[in-house]
Amino acid sequence: MSEVLTAPLVVEFPFTRSLGPVQRAFLTGLRERTVLGVRARDGRIVVPPAEYDPVTADELSDLVEVAPVGTVTTWAWNPAPRRGQPLATPFAWVLVRLDGADTALLHALDAPGPDAVRTGLRVRIRWAAARTGAITDIACFEPADGEPAGGPPAAHPGRFADPVTGITAPARLDYTYAPGRTQSRFLRGLAERRTLGERCPACRKVYVPPRGACPTCGVATGEQVEVGPRGTVTTFCIVNIKARNLDIDVPYVYAHIALDGADLALHARIGGIPYDRVRMGLRVEPVWTDGARYPDHYRPTGEPDADYDSYKELI
Amino acid sequence: MSEPVRGPVREVAIVAFAQSGHVADSTDTSEVEMVMPVLHDVLARTGLKARDIGFTCSGSCDYLAGRAFSFTMALDGVGAWPPISESHVEMDGAWALYEAWVALLTGEADTALVYAYGKSSPGDLREVLTRQLDPYYLAPLWPDSVALAALQAQALCDAGLTDARELAAIGARSRGGADTGPGRQVVGPLRTGDCPPVVDGAAAVVLAAGDTARRLTERPAWIRGLDHRIEAHSPGARDLTDSPSTRLAAERAGAFDAPVDTAELHAPFSSQEVVLRRALRLDAPGGTVRINPSGGALAANPVMAAGLIRLGEAAAAIHRGASDRALAHATSGPCLQQNLVAVLEGER
Repeated sequence: MSEVLTAPLVVEFPFTRSLGPVQRAFLTGLRERTVLGVRARDGRIVVPPAEYDPVTADELSDLVEVAPVGTVTTWAWNPAPRRGQPLATPFAWVLVRLDGADTALLHALDAPGPDAVRTGLRVRIRWAAARTGAITDIACFEPADGEPAGGPPAAHPGRFADPVTGITAPARLDYTYAPGRTQSRFLRGLAERRTLGERCPACRKVYVPPRGACPTCGVATGEQVEVGPRGTVTTFCIVNIKARNLDIDVPYVYAHIALDGADLALHARIGGIPYDRVRMGLRVEPVWTDGARYPDHYRPTGEPDADYDSYKELI
Repeated sequence: MSEPVRGPVREVAIVAFAQSGHVADSTDTSEVEMVMPVLHDVLARTGLKARDIGFTCSGSCDYLAGRAFSFTMALDGVGAWPPISESHVEMDGAWALYEAWVALLTGEADTALVYAYGKSSPGDLREVLTRQLDPYYLAPLWPDSVALAALQAQALCDAGLTDARELAAIGARSRGGADTGPGRQVVGPLRTGDCPPVVDGAAAVVLAAGDTARRLTERPAWIRGLDHRIEAHSPGARDLTDSPSTRLAAERAGAFDAPVDTAELHAPFSSQEVVLRRALRLDAPGGTVRINPSGGALAANPVMAAGLIRLGEAAAAIHRGASDRALAHATSGPCLQQNLVAVLEGER
């Protein structure tokens, strides 16, 4: 068995983002199958439009409508589409300068193969069937060889009924979490109901949980030292708001606990005692549940409270 | 607009450089376990202890390993308690070096420790890097880092500024000429040989001012100029075949005032070396500039450290007398969006 532990870790955020006036007009326009650009200070038509000038950073507001057809300015063949990308079958990434625009928009081009794609290719927007006011309202581009040029950009008020005011952008990243050698040793010990700290070779302090380095000396901790299981509450707080996905009744106490033999307090929940009876100096011990890899909580041992002087350096 | 910083009020040099081995998978080490040996190495080269350092600055990105506030835990490896004067940038360590350089110029400190690390193996780097993109128009399409670089490479080929053969040769040269085959296509026109290996690693440098620098090393790599510039984010609003931000940073760092003999370019993709060589005018006829003698990012690209490594490698060439005047470059963002240029010199 490998010395180190790994575990799957998913980081997922449903980002909710508000829109500026130019973005709002552009994304609402896509919902209505209308492509808007904005006129920059140098007269160029910027598509997709920016709130601020790409060169001068001035605020922009002069909206125009451009054509849903355009020309590929560069492309890249994607033989293996990845999660979240616009098409599930091989496609070309393209920058497309829509007729009437002076900058290009990034999207996917649905093409049978790289031989069907070239810079200069005429393409048109394929609209998504269900549109919400997002860049993905453009499903992709498709080849449109021979498509005549669209007209010049026309001024557009940018006003639509029921404009979108924000987007929700889900983001999910998948990791294989690896805590490293030191924390793997700690977690393996914990699964055997042993709390293993590590001693700094320089200052001799014992860190629990160990993180691999002594933050005072900047050197690796290595020597393992079994500490506890009993310890002393050095300080605590009363939790009054229920955490999501946590099946513990509030109020409860979360405490810093200096395990016997440790030079750093770890933190854990205190149970087996009314929340308003917990105090600094309370002596506690871990409570294990069957099959668990770590203590469920700590409870009073019944010993007399520890003297303040015995733990004041660990607060 | 302010005048470029040249001949600054205080001389500041890179006096030491160290880096880890760069590995495809560092499952057995946490960030601090990866960083600490590099910190010990770089300090040992100067004889300084962590307590002697006036200012510490690091660069990293928590998204790489999906580990929130990993930089605070990496800081344990410095010995940050009792509190030290310290800062962090969520960027490549080259920008941490910039911050430390400014701190030394102000006279706030005489020495600085700068380090950076990247642990990309826990995640899928191509997906992770999509999260740095414009969240409205780009990120919802999940265009990965290779796809964006491929659009730039195709634009260069269309403009007649490079071709598949030159790109393959850049990849082969960067890896010591061992693998000459271009490999399989990743996102066309880019092949595996054009793309950086995804590795985990760390690097660190020590900066020192004036006589302190002279005391700490025989031949300090004096920072004669250092500047960084950024372009519009939208790839469709830029000319992808050029890098005006690199050129401007180089001008303001004084890179064009005299020829350099060595250039360490942070070009994660072979095509980006073509853009940078043009922007930095390294291809002058009869030119003898050694480009990426270290192998560059195509040999090892620990994300968030690879830019700092370019500055470290250029400085190390000066330390050992292999260079008298070197240019170092670091990049950030898609398609070379943001660029930093440093000019380093040894005393002759």
